[in-house]
Amino acid sequence: MPLQETQQETLKETVENIVDRCQALFDDLDFTVVKEWKAANPGGKAIGFLPIYVPREIIHAAGMLPVGILGGGDQLEVIHGDAYYQSYICRIPRSTIELGLTGRLDSLDGMLFPSICDVIRNLSGMWQLLFKDKYVKYFDVPQTYRDDIAGTFYIHELQTLREDLAELAGREITDDDLRRSIAVYNENRATIEELYRLRAGLPWQAPTSELYLLLRAGMVLPVEEHTQLLRDYMVATSVEERPRRDNCRVVVNGVFCEQPPLGLIKSLEMAGCYVVDDDFLLVTRWLLDDVPTDGDPLDNLSKAFLHHSAATSAKYEPDKANKGRFLIDQVRNSGAEGVIFAAPSFCDPALLDRPMLQDALSRDDIPYTAFKYAENTGQLQAIREQAGTFADSIKLWSA
Amino acid sequence: MNKAATTAKTAPKVGPDVIKEPSMLKQKAMIDANFKLLATANEEGRKVSSTFVPGNLNELQMCFDLNCNFPEINALQNGMRKKSGRLIMEAERNGQSEDVCTYVKSDLGMIMQGNIGPTGDKLPDPDVLLLSYTGCFTFMKWFELVREKYDCETIMLHVPYQADGKITQNMRDYVVKQLKEEVIPTLERVSGVKFDIDRLRQYMVESAKAEDDLVWILQSAKNTPSPIDAFFGGVYYIGPIFTAFRGTEAATEYYRTLRGEIEQRLANGQGPVTPEGNFGKERFRLVVEGTPNYTNFREFWKMFYDEGAVVVASTYTKVGGVYDFGFRHDPDNPIESLADYCLGCYTNLSLPARIRMLTSYMEDYQADGLLVNSVKSCNSFSAGQLLMLREIEKRTGKPGAFIETDLVDPRYFSAANVKNRLESYFQMLEQKNATQAA
Ligand code: SF4
Ligand code: SF4
Repeated sequence: MPLQETQQETLKETVENIVDRCQALFDDLDFTVVKEWKAANPGGKAIGFLPIYVPREIIHAAGMLPVGILGGGDQLEVIHGDAYYQSYICRIPRSTIELGLTGRLDSLDGMLFPSICDVIRNLSGMWQLLFKDKYVKYFDVPQTYRDDIAGTFYIHELQTLREDLAELAGREITDDDLRRSIAVYNENRATIEELYRLRAGLPWQAPTSELYLLLRAGMVLPVEEHTQLLRDYMVATSVEERPRRDNCRVVVNGVFCEQPPLGLIKSLEMAGCYVVDDDFLLVTRWLLDDVPTDGDPLDNLSKAFLHHSAATSAKYEPDKANKGRFLIDQVRNSGAEGVIFAAPSFCDPALLDRPMLQDALSRDDIPYTAFKYAENTGQLQAIREQAGTFADSIKLWSA
Repeated sequence: MNKAATTAKTAPKVGPDVIKEPSMLKQKAMIDANFKLLATANEEGRKVSSTFVPGNLNELQMCFDLNCNFPEINALQNGMRKKSGRLIMEAERNGQSEDVCTYVKSDLGMIMQGNIGPTGDKLPDPDVLLLSYTGCFTFMKWFELVREKYDCETIMLHVPYQADGKITQNMRDYVVKQLKEEVIPTLERVSGVKFDIDRLRQYMVESAKAEDDLVWILQSAKNTPSPIDAFFGGVYYIGPIFTAFRGTEAATEYYRTLRGEIEQRLANGQGPVTPEGNFGKERFRLVVEGTPNYTNFREFWKMFYDEGAVVVASTYTKVGGVYDFGFRHDPDNPIESLADYCLGCYTNLSLPARIRMLTSYMEDYQADGLLVNSVKSCNSFSAGQLLMLREIEKRTGKPGAFIETDLVDPRYFSAANVKNRLESYFQMLEQKNATQAA
C-alpha cells in the first residue's frame, strides 16, 4: 500500500538517521558508546576482540559487552604503532596498538585475540606485555573437525574462557545464561542474513556502504539493540525508492581482517559493482545455522563451529575438492556475476589463499579481478578504475 | 629497507672454500644421500612424505619407512645456491603475491619448473603431505597450495599455540589424540606398514642421545672464547637433527663426532671455524633472534667474523626443537613426547616466553648485545620483534640492534645497509665495553 507522503518523509529520515548513527559509531575511535554502556551498567565489563571469530555468546552470558576492534581505519594517525612493526607487516596490528597506547581502549577490561594468523597471534603476546593490568586471551580454535578430537579440545577452550570471564564478572555463567545468549545471537545472525538477502535481491535498496556501517555498529552496540537497528533499517529502506543503477553483481572476498576504507566500498559501487555477498566482519556470520538452544551449550557452540561455519583463509579445508566451494556457493546463491578479491597488503592468509580460490573460480567460469589495499589507502582512483573495467567487461560478456 | 637494493650479482667473493671438518663432510654425505634417496623413491616404489621442520615427526615417519622431503630445506638450499631468486619470480609470475613468505614461493617455483631439487636431483611426488601445523599459519596455506599439484593425502596435525607460556593438558591431549587416531592410521594406510610402537621407542632412544650432544654443543658457547658460532655455525649443527635424521644412528654418530671436535677446540682455547679458517680474536659476543639470510649467507657471516663478533646463542637453532631447557624425546612416553616436542618448538612459544628465553641467553652466555635479524618472509618470527628488542634491552641493560633481510629472496638483502648497520652497532658495543673496562 502506498504510504502517505509525510509518512515516507519520516521513514526516509529514519534511514538517514540510522545510517548517520552507524556512521557516528564508526567514526568514534574513542568508543564513547562503550563508555556509555558501562556507565549505564555499573560493574559491567567490556571485552574487546579482534577479527575473525570469537564466541560472543560467552561474553554476553557473563553480562559483558563484546566489542569488535577492527583497527584504526583511515582516520587514525598512527604515531606510536609504527614503532612496533616493520614496514612489511599489515596495518591492523599497528593501528590497534595505537588505539591501545593512546588510551582509546581503556574502557575495555580484556581483549581476545582469535587464532587467525601469526600477526594477531603475536599481538596477543604484545598485549600481555603492554597492558599488564588487562585480561588478555589468545583464543585458539581447532583446525581439525572431528567432534571426539577437535570438539573435545575446543569445548575445553570454551570452558576456560567461560571460567575466566566468570571470574572477571564475579559470578558464575550458568548453562541457562549461555542458552539465552545463544538465542539472542541466533536472532542477530538471522536478522543479518535477512539483510544480506535483501541486499542480494535489491542491492540498490541496501547499498553495501550502508550494510557495512550497520555491521560495524554491531561491533560496539549491545546485540539486542543491534538486532533492532537492523530491523528498523530494513523496514525503513523497503519503503524508500532508491536509485537503481545498471551495475554488475559481485562478491567481495578477502576483507575478513584488516578493514578496507569506507571510501573503497563506496568506490566499488560508484564504479559499477553491486556487492551482493562478502566476507566483511565474519564474526557476525561465522556460524551458518542457528545454534541449538537446548542441550549442552558449549557442545552446541563447538558443533556449530566444527560443522556449520564459514570457510575463510584462516581455516583449514580438509577436502581439496571443496577448496573454493564456499565462495562459489556465495556467487551462485547471491546471483553474482564475478568476484572482487580485495586483500590487505602483506596479508599472508588472504594472499596465499587467493590463487587457489581464483583457480576454483576459473574452473567454474566465474570472472574475477584482484587488488590490495590498506586500511588507510587514500588514493582510490586506481581501484575504482580497475573495478569499473571489471564491471564493464562483465556487462560485455553477459550481453 | 631499500627494496630495490640487491647484491646478488655484485657480492664480493668471500675467500677460499669453506674449511671442512670431519663432521661437516659427514653431514654433507648424509644430506646428499637423502636427496639421492628421494630422487629414486618414486621409481623404486618407496613412499615419500613432505613435511615441515618445526614439529616434524621424523621418528614416527621412519616407523612407516617413509622417505622425508622437507620443502623448507629445499628452499634454503636453493637460497644458498643462489637459485631461489628465479624460483620466487616464477611463483610470482604464476599468481603468487610479492607480499607473502618467500619459502613458499621458492618451493612453488621449484615445483613449477619441474621440481628439480637444489642438488640437481629430481624431487619425488609425495605420497603424503604431513602438515604438522606448528608455530606458523603459513604452513597451512603452503600445503593447501602444494596439495593442488598432487593427488595425495594431506594429514593436518594441528598443534595449539602456547599462548600463556605453558603446555596445558588439553593441548597435549588434543595432539596425542590426533597422532593416535588420525596421523598414525593414515600413515599406516599410505605406507602399508603396520605401526610398531617399539620401533618408535628405539628411534627415540637415538634422538635423545643426539639431543644431549646437541645441547652440549650449543652450550659450549658459554665458554670464552666460544668454540662455536651458534647462529651461522649453528645452522649446520641443527641440520641433521631438524630433518630426516633425528632418531637415526647416523645422527647420533654425527653429533658425537661434532662434540668431539668442539671439545678439542675448547681444550685448545680456539674460537669457531669460519668459512675462511679459524676465528680471530673474540671481540663481541652476540645473541641473535631471527632467521639467517641464505642467499648471501657467507657474505653475511663474514660481516661478523671480520669484526670479531661471535654469536653465542640464537633462537633459530630452536625452531625445530627446543632442547636446552630439558625436553628430550622420551622412549617411555613416545606419543606424548612427540606432542610435547611439537608444542615446544620455538615459534610456537608466546612472545613473553620468547623474551624470557632470549633474556636468559643474554645472561647465561654473557652476551654483549642482542641482534635481531628480521625477515620479511616470516610473520611468525617477525611480528613483535621490535617490542621484544626493547623489552630485552630494558631487562638486561645491554644494547640491541635491528636489521632487516629475507630468508631466500635476494631482492631483500642489501649488503651495504646491513654492513653499515652492523659496523655502527659494533662501534657502539666497543665503546660500551671500553667504558665498562675503564
Ligand atoms: S590483515 Fe591478514 S596478516 Fe594482517 S593481521 Fe589480519 S589476517 Fe593477519
Ligand atoms: S612464515 Fe616463517 S615459519 Fe612460516 S613458512 Fe614462512 S619462513 Fe617458515
